[in-house]
Amino acid sequence: MVAAQVTLRGVTKVFPSGAVGGGVHALGPIDIEIRRGEFFAVVGPSGCGKSTLLELIAGLTAPTQGDIEFEGHAIKENVPDGIGVVFQEDACFSWLNVSENIEFGLRQKNIGAAEKARRAAAVIDMMGLRDFAETYPAQLSGGMRQRVCIARTIVAEPRLILLDEPFGALDQQTRLLMGDEMLRLWRETGATVFLITHALDEAAMLADRIVVMSARPGKAVDLVETGWPRERDSRIVEHEKFGAITSRLWKTLREESLKTMGRMGSGP
Amino acid sequence: MSRLRLFQFAVVASVILLLEALCFAGFIDKVTMPPPHIIVRDFFRMILAGRYFGEIAKSLANVLLAFAAAYVFGVVSGTILHRYKTARDVLDPLFATYYAIPVFAFYPLFIVMFGLGDGPQLLIGFLLAVVAVIVTTLNGLDRLPSVLKKTARVNRLNPLQTALRITLPFCAPYLLTAAKLALAYAFIGVIGSEFIMARAGMGYEISYAYTNFDNATMYPLILLILLLSIAANSVLSHWERVLLARRGQK
Repeated sequence: MVAAQVTLRGVTKVFPSGAVGGGVHALGPIDIEIRRGEFFAVVGPSGCGKSTLLELIAGLTAPTQGDIEFEGHAIKENVPDGIGVVFQEDACFSWLNVSENIEFGLRQKNIGAAEKARRAAAVIDMMGLRDFAETYPAQLSGGMRQRVCIARTIVAEPRLILLDEPFGALDQQTRLLMGDEMLRLWRETGATVFLITHALDEAAMLADRIVVMSARPGKAVDLVETGWPRERDSRIVEHEKFGAITSRLWKTLREESLKTMGRMGSGP
Repeated sequence: MSRLRLFQFAVVASVILLLEALCFAGFIDKVTMPPPHIIVRDFFRMILAGRYFGEIAKSLANVLLAFAAAYVFGVVSGTILHRYKTARDVLDPLFATYYAIPVFAFYPLFIVMFGLGDGPQLLIGFLLAVVAVIVTTLNGLDRLPSVLKKTARVNRLNPLQTALRITLPFCAPYLLTAAKLALAYAFIGVIGSEFIMARAGMGYEISYAYTNFDNATMYPLILLILLLSIAANSVLSHWERVLLARRGQK
């Protein structure tokens, strides 16, 4: 049994709405355990609180109720050391070139300049950014900029990488390739990966375990174990089990998505 | 030289040539305005003789002082206001209508309060420039994407580090625009107020030359002001272009 790296117990999040006694119940109660070293994905209908869940685990916001622990320590509205986050939006610093953007991830690390340069160079090579090291983000494609953001995250060698729909703005072909890239980085870094996505095929291809969330307030309504080997890439979509996994995800998600749209489905 | 630069040069050259032709043909009489080549000659004579250097230095020092005060005060106030929504909401109508207020109309009050020294000129330069800086600073801070603020937190930057390493670099183009506006307004405020409430300075000398029909002094001084403000603006615009080009915004 692999130890849990992240534990959520009875976590809820209610955002104040401004109305007297009111509030928007965005999430929970939800209980999740994320195992050390696994690739964990969360899918759910729009507005179910997926990104809120990620921000809670990252320590970017505090739960209204419940406890969140990272490696046995409570997370309380501060990002703990050892957690890295890649957002969906372009988070490159437009005033820094690729190399400087990546080195930014090491600013808070108490290591020497030579070691910082060595680690940054290694990640630049790992991400295939060597030819673009001196290039500014404005001159790069969306996929390349997201690659820079991933590089800036992994250069700090986080033990938990949180990905908030990182490929959401990319075309399908680039998404598949970035998925391969992510799987390779997951294997090479040994970090735990927590992925938020709305793409079922992406979750089914990348993750060891997938949680399906209900319509708002988001709760875990299904947990799917894919059983994929650690050595895998996007060709796993050809596997006979892949269709069964995505069908199961879609069956649950369809019901929840229809609830979000304000009507229950009755068709086939 | 680029095609655009050639066109710009051609437009300026055409205007000068047109003025030259109008003066030569007598459509503009010599008492109203000497031909451009005479203005340029008088300009170099004035510079080489070192005339008005004291006046020029005094005016430029006041412009720089008004600019610096307005810029520092404006950036700091804009940053503070950005954090306090209520205060900003209260002041927003003032900012929206500020440039409809003729600050020069208050000059009798300023003379009563500060006398005929540099105080009123500095104050008018400051008042004209400061709101442009506040508004531009607020504009820059408003545009800071929330994902960059989250990235700062993920990288565990403290508020000062966030301000210096993320907010300030992101807002740099806006702060340069604020500097451009502040400098232009400080020039207008200081030189303009020298016309009506001073006993020295370039504005005062232009006004004095005007009342004495001294075109050999008035036009070279106007030309000098024109060149100084264009030069300062060009330097700031160049930095702005470099910053924006690097960010793919221009």
